[in-house]
Amino acid sequence: MGREGEVVAQLLPEFERAHPGIKIKVQQLPWTAAHEKLLTAFAGDATPDLCQLGNTWIPELVALNALEPLDRYAAASPIVDADDYFAGIWDTNRVDDKLYGVPWYVDTRVMFYRRDLLRHAGFSSPPRSWQEWTQMLAAIERQAAPDRYAILLPLNEFEPLLALALQQDEPLLREDGRWGNFRGAGFRRALEFYLEMFQRGWAPAVASAGISNVWNEFGRGRFVFFVSGPWNIGELQRRLSSAQQDTWMTAPLPGPDGPGASIAGGSSLVVFRASRHQETAWRLVEFLSQPAVQRRFHALTGDLPPRRATWKDPGLAADVHARAFREQLERVKPAPKVPEWERIASEMRLVAERVVHGQLSVGEAARELDARADRILEKRRWLLARRGAS
Amino acid sequence: MAPALLVIGVFFFLPVLAALALSLTDFDIYALADLGNLRLVGLRNYAQLLQTPLFWQAFGNTLYFVVVGVPLSIAASFGAALLLHSRLARCPAFFRTALFAPVVTTLVAVAVIWRYLFNPHYGLLNYALGRVGIPPIDWLGDPHWAMPAIIVFAVWKNFGYNMIILLAGLQSIPEQLYEAARIDGASGWRQFRHVTLPVLAPIVAMVNILTIAGYFQLFAEPYVMTQGGPLQSTVSVLYFMYEEGFKWWNLGSASAVAFLLFLFIFCVTALQLRLARWQAAA
Repeated sequence: MGREGEVVAQLLPEFERAHPGIKIKVQQLPWTAAHEKLLTAFAGDATPDLCQLGNTWIPELVALNALEPLDRYAAASPIVDADDYFAGIWDTNRVDDKLYGVPWYVDTRVMFYRRDLLRHAGFSSPPRSWQEWTQMLAAIERQAAPDRYAILLPLNEFEPLLALALQQDEPLLREDGRWGNFRGAGFRRALEFYLEMFQRGWAPAVASAGISNVWNEFGRGRFVFFVSGPWNIGELQRRLSSAQQDTWMTAPLPGPDGPGASIAGGSSLVVFRASRHQETAWRLVEFLSQPAVQRRFHALTGDLPPRRATWKDPGLAADVHARAFREQLERVKPAPKVPEWERIASEMRLVAERVVHGQLSVGEAARELDARADRILEKRRWLLARRGAS
Repeated sequence: MAPALLVIGVFFFLPVLAALALSLTDFDIYALADLGNLRLVGLRNYAQLLQTPLFWQAFGNTLYFVVVGVPLSIAASFGAALLLHSRLARCPAFFRTALFAPVVTTLVAVAVIWRYLFNPHYGLLNYALGRVGIPPIDWLGDPHWAMPAIIVFAVWKNFGYNMIILLAGLQSIPEQLYEAARIDGASGWRQFRHVTLPVLAPIVAMVNILTIAGYFQLFAEPYVMTQGGPLQSTVSVLYFMYEEGFKWWNLGSASAVAFLLFLFIFCVTALQLRLARWQAAA
């Protein structure tokens, strides 16, 4: 899907040369339609052999019994070494103690910030804890013009709030994903911290459509911090002038008591159970997991590799903006691995939007989210109960 | 007759019956995996929907869109048709094409352009409002203004269609009726009220029914412009159904939404036809 779909065709000739007789046909999907198209393909018995899959979709396809477990392939493979992958990322591919995918590239959220504006406010290094972060945001806001902000947190993105919530010790769902746990102290703390940013005027209450062009506005200094992913390294390098290139930097997310966790995102390579070429598909997975090939892939797409070995590449090691991601990847946590998680995350975003607009208090929001999550998880409870009874 | 009935039967009635059956179950992603996970729940989907606040909000949003958008759209179409029909019109063929052009444009492409027009800082709309002294409005970000923005966009996109129909109607009014009215001393406005409107009444009624039925099925504009936001102020019934059915794969629930919408549009259309018949009789 997306950029990866466009680029992977350039990597394949090498594979086809090494494996004569195997021809790979690539079908590209846009990300906006990929989820629906994959489910439709499953319903129509037209799934591909190998597929790139966002790792938050893995539990869903596992519930559909659509994916082939890859444990025996990975155990026997000299190339795919589980210990070389970032632990949090590898874990997103394990559902019910089986491995269903091999990470292809990773995605997480870190802070992007304007170093020069931060220094202007009196701070020489980025915040490492929530307390330092609030100090810096307050200081920036005190000095800023009325239409300038300290941080941008678009209301149509759930990732920043999810990252804050994952930094807590309490899980977001309880009893093996049967009930919501948004009433717990952990999520409430995250939501209060998130809400404070809007209440104090540090963040504008807008969706990303309300910011005409996030890179231009970042360059103009309309906000000092924003939370985003690896693709923005390349975008900012391309879109900001060369004079501005050393004014911005990335940093890992601050947590409640020190450096915090972030989202374990990214895409994996999965093999469909219905495939009649599983061995061949695995060969391609192995090929794409070689550090040398991953280096080329990174050079073509800017996507960050999931293996520590590939990160040792001098090109990546020299990229100052990628360092924050390298550090953050050692501290990533997966979202709850239930098929309904996408929907619950969506409800979380909607309820948080209401809280920011003042329609709900944090306590009411937590109760409302739990009610919605419980309703969404009703079928899962019924299925687990039935499976337990039989 | 039989082949046509067969085609309609296979491609229309059979799927509709299947959807009705689906709406009585809780078909979802688990059932997609294994039909043993399917439960027959009877009217529970309908009962749950009628208790879902988002369903009623979607219904309210759609009603708002219809009540404001339909008169606006028909007024715009009628106005444009009258202008094109008028004797003072220059190059009517060119303007007819220009005014019809929005109907044939690709929704996604024009939505991108309209998103720039609606931009609170750099958009043309706020610039124009600023020239007459009105402060900038956050069109797509403010929950109170997002639906009006969608209405403006939808009216602009669709008014050309009804304009052509009404123009054809206007051109079919015999000139003798107007001559007779002029001889009797009727002014332009009285000619309009007593010649144009009564002759066009059945066409206007038809355009009305089609537009209302079409506008209840609002989906593409919120899908492309606002994704149902902000604060779900632009979630329409069909958008709600799309999310329920194609994003979350609760096809049972989504089918129930479809039938509820069908029932409602059916009742409204039946009411309109009765009104039209009653007016014709009067």
